[in-house]
Amino acid sequence: MSWVHLMIVLPLLFAVLIPLLYKAFPRIHTGWFVLVVPVVIFGYLATYLPMLANGETALYEIPWIPYLDINFTVFVDGLGLIFALIISGIGALVIIYSIYYLSKAREALHNFYVYLMMFMGAMLGVVLSDNMIVLYLFWELTSISSFLLIAYWYQRKQSRFGAQKAMLITVLGGFAMLASIIMIHNITGTFSIREVIAQSDLLVQHDLFLPAMLLLLLGAFTKSAQFPFHIWLPDAMEAPTPISAYLHSATMVKAGIYLVARFTPAFGGTPEWFWIVTFVGLFTLIWGSLNAVKQRDLKGLLAFSTISQLGLIMSLLGMGSAALYFNPGDQGVQLHAYAVLAAVFHLINHSTFKGSLFMVVGIVDHETGTRDMRKLGGLMTIMPVSFTLAVIGSLSMAGLPPFNGFISKEMFFTGTLNAANLDIFNMATYGAIIPIVAWVASVFTFIYSIILVYRTFLGKYQPERLEKKAHEAPLGMLIPPSILGFLVLAIFFFPNVIGDYALKPMVASIIPSAAGVFDDYTISWWHGFVPELFMTMAVVALGLILFATLNRWIGLYNHMPQWMHLNNWFKHGLSGMERGSHKVIDWHMTGYIRDYLMYIFITIILIVGGSYFMLNDFTLYTDNLASINLFEIVLALVLLGSTVLVMATRSRLTAVVSVGVLGYVVALFFIILRAPDLALTQLAIETVSVALYLLCFYHLPKLKGRGEEEGEKFKVGNFIIALGIGSLVTLLALSVNGYNLFEPISTYYGDSYDLAGAANMVNAILADFRAFDTFLEIFVVAIAALGVYALVRLRLEKRGGTDESQ
Amino acid sequence: MEILMSILIGVLITAGTYLVMSRSLLRIILGTSVIGHGALLLLLTTAGLKEGAPPITNIEALTYADPLPQALILTAIVINFATTGFFLVLAYRAYKELGTDDMDKLRGIDDE
Repeated sequence: MSWVHLMIVLPLLFAVLIPLLYKAFPRIHTGWFVLVVPVVIFGYLATYLPMLANGETALYEIPWIPYLDINFTVFVDGLGLIFALIISGIGALVIIYSIYYLSKAREALHNFYVYLMMFMGAMLGVVLSDNMIVLYLFWELTSISSFLLIAYWYQRKQSRFGAQKAMLITVLGGFAMLASIIMIHNITGTFSIREVIAQSDLLVQHDLFLPAMLLLLLGAFTKSAQFPFHIWLPDAMEAPTPISAYLHSATMVKAGIYLVARFTPAFGGTPEWFWIVTFVGLFTLIWGSLNAVKQRDLKGLLAFSTISQLGLIMSLLGMGSAALYFNPGDQGVQLHAYAVLAAVFHLINHSTFKGSLFMVVGIVDHETGTRDMRKLGGLMTIMPVSFTLAVIGSLSMAGLPPFNGFISKEMFFTGTLNAANLDIFNMATYGAIIPIVAWVASVFTFIYSIILVYRTFLGKYQPERLEKKAHEAPLGMLIPPSILGFLVLAIFFFPNVIGDYALKPMVASIIPSAAGVFDDYTISWWHGFVPELFMTMAVVALGLILFATLNRWIGLYNHMPQWMHLNNWFKHGLSGMERGSHKVIDWHMTGYIRDYLMYIFITIILIVGGSYFMLNDFTLYTDNLASINLFEIVLALVLLGSTVLVMATRSRLTAVVSVGVLGYVVALFFIILRAPDLALTQLAIETVSVALYLLCFYHLPKLKGRGEEEGEKFKVGNFIIALGIGSLVTLLALSVNGYNLFEPISTYYGDSYDLAGAANMVNAILADFRAFDTFLEIFVVAIAALGVYALVRLRLEKRGGTDESQ
Repeated sequence: MEILMSILIGVLITAGTYLVMSRSLLRIILGTSVIGHGALLLLLTTAGLKEGAPPITNIEALTYADPLPQALILTAIVINFATTGFFLVLAYRAYKELGTDDMDKLRGIDDE
């Protein structure tokens, strides 16, 4: 157990205390207690930063199920640690924000913080685990906690719907990922990610490489809301805004990015990985930005913008994976690993500016009562601080100086231009698409960033359409976004602090061969008049023109064909599956016990008979058989006769009596077969049973409209099944006769007289050697007796004794 | 003898299975009882038939029949009786409450 392990489980352990704290200190907002957790984690993990800057890593292991190669191993390297710092850092800010956002009088705070802590622990586990199975467990826990948080206001139908949708899609991806993990284990024989990466050559040549890769990417794409799985993210915006800021923009949706980055050294350098990751990312980028423009809800706009930005990061990781194709030391490594540098840089920047934007939108929602941009406007003078923060966040998102988004956006353009010049993986033909798509998407990113600020804070103030009188938010709500806004500026002016401590170790984790190639590289915002700068200028120019003419072309969105709305696909698919499973269930769950029994019997015949047939195991032993005399033949015939009579008779009385005869014949067989005790017991019990049968039978009232002598038609189908079962048992009995797997243990009981003082071995077993079993058997009989008593008595009391006469 | 017993067991199980799948509750109970008899004989048959004297040491003999399956069967008979008794009273109550012992009519309502 190391301190890092403790940091992962700390939120989960603390979650247990939250309900107690909530009850014990109703006057203090529970959030203040919870705040301690991320602060401690952040503080502790930050001490690892200098170690990483020196290019070192740390590994701690707790054996969990060593037998299955499943151990709780934490691996602290650049990639994992920076993610963990983002998770705990943004987590702390979000908790401060939530203290002011969620009223302690009205909301179920204990639930909220328990879910939040559950998420935080799970997310830390995802990014710090080295064992894939452990990673998977934490991965699913993030899906579950996300579900609970989206449905936090579960009274709302939309919340429940959004939560269900997010859960279905992300858990589907989780299962795919589990399948992929098992495949990877089959190929490499290990669950450790580091060891998988070490065997990367073996992995990419294996037959299962492609399915394993596709399933892994399915997990990553569903989690990171990549097209066409992005549809859950806009509906997840039903969650409280602190959650949207935390899970659905800064951390959880980046788990997919993390997964892709983490497995890049294992799968990267192959054309399949390059193509899929790059182009899914690019398509998500442009799809998200196009859709963001038409949103009217502020959070909807931010959701699609998040989708778009995640696509951007994803595509950069895809482009950067080309670096693995080259030998270490080649020019190509640095050229393409640059895209990875841009990816991780933008990832951090996105967490800062998108986090602050979400918080600002939450403030607007909180203070005006609406997020509908048609009702908002002119809030600049009323909410000056929020306005400033929104401008900082939006312009950073649009990629303008002096904000951090500008630098990473320029690096993104550089990455696309590098990828366009790639002459491997058939890229020579299609390379030019990449910068064009990137540029077009950036234009729309610029437009929606402007829309966000303009529609909310500029324009005409419409107090009559707002539910509340707008005013600036309390200081506590402004502090967290201000910190993030400050970071947006600080990173622009001092990018190399973050570059040395965070970005370079991260790149070294993702592209191992690029470790050290950026040592002398310094990030700067000014490179001279390079193509990237002209691209940004063109984005601004075209973006402003399009924004000015927005009303003329926004109507085009209404012409989007119906089939392009992926939500319809999801809805119809879901209801179709529900109908389908209803049909299947209705078809076989008839409500008749007879049918269920039939399923069971048929299954027995198929499985037992089938394995019999396949193993060809039937043997008939004819030597050493016991002799038969006439008496036994007569008994057998009586047994047969009474059995047939039970089946064939239409009279109840005959059936009961026949079963009685049957029981007595069995008792006689016991005598022949050297079992006097059994015969005695059987005789006694059979007598009581028949009496009981007849007693019940006698008491049964006659049914109206139906004679007492009722019976049933002979059912051929039932009989065939019964015959199948019967023959199977006969076959089984015949085959078993010859087998003697090991020495019988029954000779032990030959000493019963010496050991227990009993001449009768059977009695000695029951009353002495296995007395405890007999005791429990009596227990069963007692329970049955109690049941019978209750059944007979209960109704009499309930009906007030009216049935006493019966 | 083993072959004869095996066939008898098959017949008992067939009859029991057939009865269990019928509509009348009483016949179902009878069916379980018949299956029970088949199972008892199966246990005894697989343990080997007529090998030596009854398992009582007072009888001077070279070998005794295996006492272990007999102990098992004895337990089974008693448990069988307990469950049959309970089942029977249950059926009786159901009959009295609902006025039928037809399984098709005892079936629950659609789409609960």
